[in-house]
Amino acid sequence: MTPLLSVQGITKLYGSHIGCADVSFELYPGEVMGIVGESGSGKSTLLNCMAGHLKPDAGAVVFDTRADGPRDTVTMSEPERRMLSRTDWAFVHQHARDGLRMGVSAGGNVGERLMAVGDRHYGNIRDKATDWLERVEIDASRVDDRPTTFSGGMQQRLQIARNLVTGPRLVFMDEPTGGLDVSVQARLLDLLRGLVRDMGLSAIIVTHDLAVVRLLADRLMVMKSGRVVEAGLTDQVLDDPQHAYSQLLVSSVLQV
Amino acid sequence: MTESAYNFAYLDEQTKRMIRRAILKGLAIPGYQVPFASREMPMPYGWGTGGVQVSAAVLTPEDRFKVIDQGADDTTNAVSIRTFFERTAQVATTTKTAQASVIQTRHRIPEEKLSEGQILVYQVPIPEPLRFLEPRESETRKMHALEEYGLMHVKLYEDISRHGHIATSYAYPVKVEGRYVMDPSPIPKFDNPKLGDMAAIQLFGAGREQRIYALPPYTDVVSLDFEDHPFEASKADHPCALCGAEHSYLDEVITDDAGGRMFVCSDTDFCEARQAAGHTGKDAA
Repeated sequence: MTPLLSVQGITKLYGSHIGCADVSFELYPGEVMGIVGESGSGKSTLLNCMAGHLKPDAGAVVFDTRADGPRDTVTMSEPERRMLSRTDWAFVHQHARDGLRMGVSAGGNVGERLMAVGDRHYGNIRDKATDWLERVEIDASRVDDRPTTFSGGMQQRLQIARNLVTGPRLVFMDEPTGGLDVSVQARLLDLLRGLVRDMGLSAIIVTHDLAVVRLLADRLMVMKSGRVVEAGLTDQVLDDPQHAYSQLLVSSVLQV
Repeated sequence: MTESAYNFAYLDEQTKRMIRRAILKGLAIPGYQVPFASREMPMPYGWGTGGVQVSAAVLTPEDRFKVIDQGADDTTNAVSIRTFFERTAQVATTTKTAQASVIQTRHRIPEEKLSEGQILVYQVPIPEPLRFLEPRESETRKMHALEEYGLMHVKLYEDISRHGHIATSYAYPVKVEGRYVMDPSPIPKFDNPKLGDMAAIQLFGAGREQRIYALPPYTDVVSLDFEDHPFEASKADHPCALCGAEHSYLDEVITDDAGGRMFVCSDTDFCEARQAAGHTGKDAA
């Protein structure tokens, strides 16, 4: 089986300071990978390198494209990479405002990716947008409302709908539950888990919240100071952490 | 200062050369916005500084010049720009569309069909059709370069979802030669079909935004739309009150404070020519 994404020796330096160093892993179709670590450990740098937002200083990110099989997205041309990022990839930002167009209605937000790939039938676009709003538990009657009138949790769900409408195969998530209160987090996680399972999505989730990875991720990488210090199955890492830092991370979570 | 102290057509020759280079590049890449070093002109931004610079760069002493503002030859903007070139270039001027070789226009295309050899110069306030959707210039340039125009349809989508139809009625975005999406300046969308396949050269100048773009003669120009909401060139559903024309773009003129109104051709030359030929509307004096 070909991995959907194969990350090989990704290194990103900010001057002499290490963003992330020599990270390698493989992600198979339908798999969810969690990346945890404290602030400044290089999680977001790594995610941005993989999603093409940052250019790594060394390494390759090989994605199994629909048309041509495995291709290195770091060296592919920018138009190709941008095409990937609005068809086969999705990126869920921590702050919904970064991923949404706040001046455009919910329907327009969801429809944008459809129109970007050439959909030119208003009725179809609107039907799909409405359908997706319902799938992320937003009432269909709010299709013409702007996201500024939505609560934080709704904005985050809208962002997810907007990203998943073109049926991507790989979703990058940067702290998808950050800044939401716990009950809203729980519903969002429930929703995400359902969508990931139903659509057979592969996902890479960056978070510092161990509960999120426990619920969503199949595998887990622990990062510290830009390097991966431990990797393995989620339950294995969380229940039996080997590295001193992983042990610290797990033990610092308050058990209620 | 005496009038003869001006260089022909106001601008110095180096500036004209720079603008002509931008125009030629614009003609070579229809719909592409060419940056140029816009000069200070003796009028405020928004009054046609871009159009005036383009006109100055293309005028020759043999030209006959016409200026229209919203279709009219006799409004402040049109009169002052016409006088400006009478003084600084001593070119002949006219109000007759067919007799003019260079026509500077603000927000209209003349009703009369233009012919080869004529140049139509548009005044453009905001050349970037994506501006109000994407504020970053670096990003809009990339979108043009990579032909990522999905966002333009988001604007039309918003129109339909809010109003039930595409409510954008002026500055209606067009696609040029299947490549660049272009803002045709705030002409009414009634004029959009005239942009394509036109015999005259069309030049667009945006002074404040420092951009020039162009449509060479007989260019393919398509107004963007949805399959189930096709583009429609709309106008007020009346005949002209003065000349009775059924298919010209109309201005609504309020005549009293008791709801009185009349619809008249916005193109004054077209209307006057029809009246001189004996056509009359219901309110003709």
